[in-house]
Amino acid sequence: MADENWKPKIIAIICNWCSYAGADLAGSARTQYPTDIRAIRVMCTGRVDPLFIMKAFQDGADGVLVSGCHFGDCHYLEGNYKAAKRMFLLKSVLKNIGLDDKRLRMTFVSASEGAKWAKVIEDVVDTITELGPSPLNEFAR
Amino acid sequence: MAEVKKYEEPRIGVFVCHCGTNIAGSIDVKAVMEYASTLPNVVIADDYQYMCSTPGQNKIAEAIEEQKLTGVVVAACSPRLHEPTFRAATKEGGLNPFRFEMANIREQNSWVHMHQPEEATAKAKDAVRIAVAKASLLEDLIPKSVPVEQAAMVVGGGVGGMQAALDLASAGIKTYLVEKDPTIGGRMSQLDKTFPTLDCSQCILTPKMVDVFRHENIELLTYTEVEAVEGYIGNFDVTLRKKARGVLTTEEAEARGFVGGGCNGCGDCEDVCPVIRPNPFELGMSPMKAIYIYHPQVSPLIYTIDFDSCVKCGLCVDVCGDKKAIDLNAVDEFETVKVGTIVLATGYDIFPVEEKHEWGYKNYDNVITSLEFERLICASGPTGGHLIRPSDGATPKRVGFVLCAGSRDNTGVGKPYCSRFCCMYSLKHAHQIIEKIPGAVPYIFYMDIRSFGKMYEEFYYRIQDEGAKFIRGRVANILEDPVTKNLHVNTEDTLLGRPIDVEVDMVVLAAAVQPSEKTEATRRLFGVSCSQDGWLLEAHPKLNPCGTTTAGVYLAGVCQGPKDIPDTVAQAEGAASAASIPIHRGEVELEPYFAVCLEDICAGCGMCVNLCPYQALALVEKDGRRVMQVTEAKCKGCGTCGGFCPGGAIRMQHFTTPQIVAQIDAFLLGGEQ
Repeated sequence: MADENWKPKIIAIICNWCSYAGADLAGSARTQYPTDIRAIRVMCTGRVDPLFIMKAFQDGADGVLVSGCHFGDCHYLEGNYKAAKRMFLLKSVLKNIGLDDKRLRMTFVSASEGAKWAKVIEDVVDTITELGPSPLNEFAR
Repeated sequence: MAEVKKYEEPRIGVFVCHCGTNIAGSIDVKAVMEYASTLPNVVIADDYQYMCSTPGQNKIAEAIEEQKLTGVVVAACSPRLHEPTFRAATKEGGLNPFRFEMANIREQNSWVHMHQPEEATAKAKDAVRIAVAKASLLEDLIPKSVPVEQAAMVVGGGVGGMQAALDLASAGIKTYLVEKDPTIGGRMSQLDKTFPTLDCSQCILTPKMVDVFRHENIELLTYTEVEAVEGYIGNFDVTLRKKARGVLTTEEAEARGFVGGGCNGCGDCEDVCPVIRPNPFELGMSPMKAIYIYHPQVSPLIYTIDFDSCVKCGLCVDVCGDKKAIDLNAVDEFETVKVGTIVLATGYDIFPVEEKHEWGYKNYDNVITSLEFERLICASGPTGGHLIRPSDGATPKRVGFVLCAGSRDNTGVGKPYCSRFCCMYSLKHAHQIIEKIPGAVPYIFYMDIRSFGKMYEEFYYRIQDEGAKFIRGRVANILEDPVTKNLHVNTEDTLLGRPIDVEVDMVVLAAAVQPSEKTEATRRLFGVSCSQDGWLLEAHPKLNPCGTTTAGVYLAGVCQGPKDIPDTVAQAEGAASAASIPIHRGEVELEPYFAVCLEDICAGCGMCVNLCPYQALALVEKDGRRVMQVTEAKCKGCGTCGGFCPGGAIRMQHFTTPQIVAQIDAFLLGGEQ
């Protein structure tokens, strides 16, 4: 581990209908969770181009979280299935370039699962903190 | 496509909201505002107590005019709450409303990091930087208006569904009322009396059923289920499965050339039918033939054949004779109808209370559920209204009522929520026993009596005065005396602080309610979310309890959460009103988030065509080569195509690749490293 004060940089790309709403619910319920996450809202995880995630890692992200609706619950019928397939494939790409595939996570958090959202963030932050800074960090700038 | 205005340089205004102390309590708003003013493209940064207030909104409009802004960022609550407000303010200032971006620093920041002011402030700065990056690339978008089909659909023909259908129809809207059972009426038709007025349930329900049946604007589709749903607000195509009924209505018979034929409800067929099976309407407590009606007041009054038990002997066909109403070879039929809006009123089922083994339901003869009690005490029920013990037919004198039977249960077996109407109907049951059986004593085992409605608390006092015994304590177990079949109810009387054992002749479990069996399948068809306990999720728990996140789909009654009859009817009227608005307006605006094909780049590979769940994309020949074409009316803007296009030839409006990449870069490369 690099530095004691090191904080992971984690980006979350989350869907408007389920995970973003779930994250809002965690807020309404004042469920506390770690601060080391920044969210970008898209309408559906189906929108998440694998290149966005590669760009994030290239920019020095320590972890990326993609979160959508549960299977069968997608507001757009099946965007989350397609996203999950892409993330699965992308994980093997990450492994091949020597990046721990645990740095990319896809989760499914519904609009009513505020508590689960908080748990997911805790878990992601723990995982990434354990892995330490991304090896791509030094090339990032 | 609308002309996109070109601006030389982005000029962004950032407005940070205190939200009283909601945000300012853990985030240093001034520091965020000052930081924002240092960001590239930002020409003005300001803060205000409540940005959503009129002075706050005026700040935005004024700044747009004075500073010639090209984009607006408000750092405040969730865009799911106030994006429409600030878009309107942006428009007020003379800018296209889609040149607005929101940074969520309340729900996803100050409220979840209440004790980490430094980190929360840093996170808010990042959020503002990310939003500014996107705002710098936002473009003018024009929402598309589409016409609304002048018809509505209500799914579920219980009291909620009927009320919604009546309201819609009376507002002049053609309404399809779809019910899976052979008759409308729902759960309420199974009840004997209603609390606290003690109205006879059927007596107040059947006039409504008749109104529904007679209404010129209602097309009643009983014994019908929703098979598939396509489309969007204003233009839903709903495919219905009309289950094989085996009996023709007068109209259907006429269509087949049997003028004057069709079922008239005479019941001769039922008399000759040799098949006997349990009656689901009476919860299996009385027999029923394979050709049946639930009760004499059914609407429509047409018999139905249960083809699972029918042996096709043909006796009914013979006795029906010239009416030729029976068709033993009937098959399911499908019909697609176009509607503009939809109300879901799919109701509830009783929690399978046998899962709580300690109370012995289905093991002990004399333990019944409250719904079974309703049928037993009802004059049109299996016993003609004489309450009897199932074990020996005797009249019970001591009856125990176990409240919260599966409700307010955190053991994982029952339901964590309050089912809301069990307290009140159990009080009503206690009253009915005292009234009908001289000398009878009801024992009510309760945790709390929740008599929250109008005249409910008064009703509670009345039952106390009538002599019901109230014992505060959750029932630990019920044991049966194998000889007398009497029951020993064991609990702690928490007011006396000692364990007690009450011997009773019969126990009625006030079972919890749960979403009806078909709710899960139905909600998936309509793209509606559910809360953790399976009830359909409203758009906002307080301010939009009838709406859903799917535009054009509304909720009524218990499918949204447990509620009693007055609340169900009230919500149904609300849902009907909400569902009638788009229809009466005649057109709806769709968010302009659709896909756009960049034809110069598109290689015509067609990968996107199969990815689209809405068949909105197609390959067409243009200038001698294949390119993709979007049907804007079909595109819902999910971006699944845009996330995949190998050439980057699909632009998702408002969520373009440059905009999202700018956000990623702004977070990871733009901050204080």
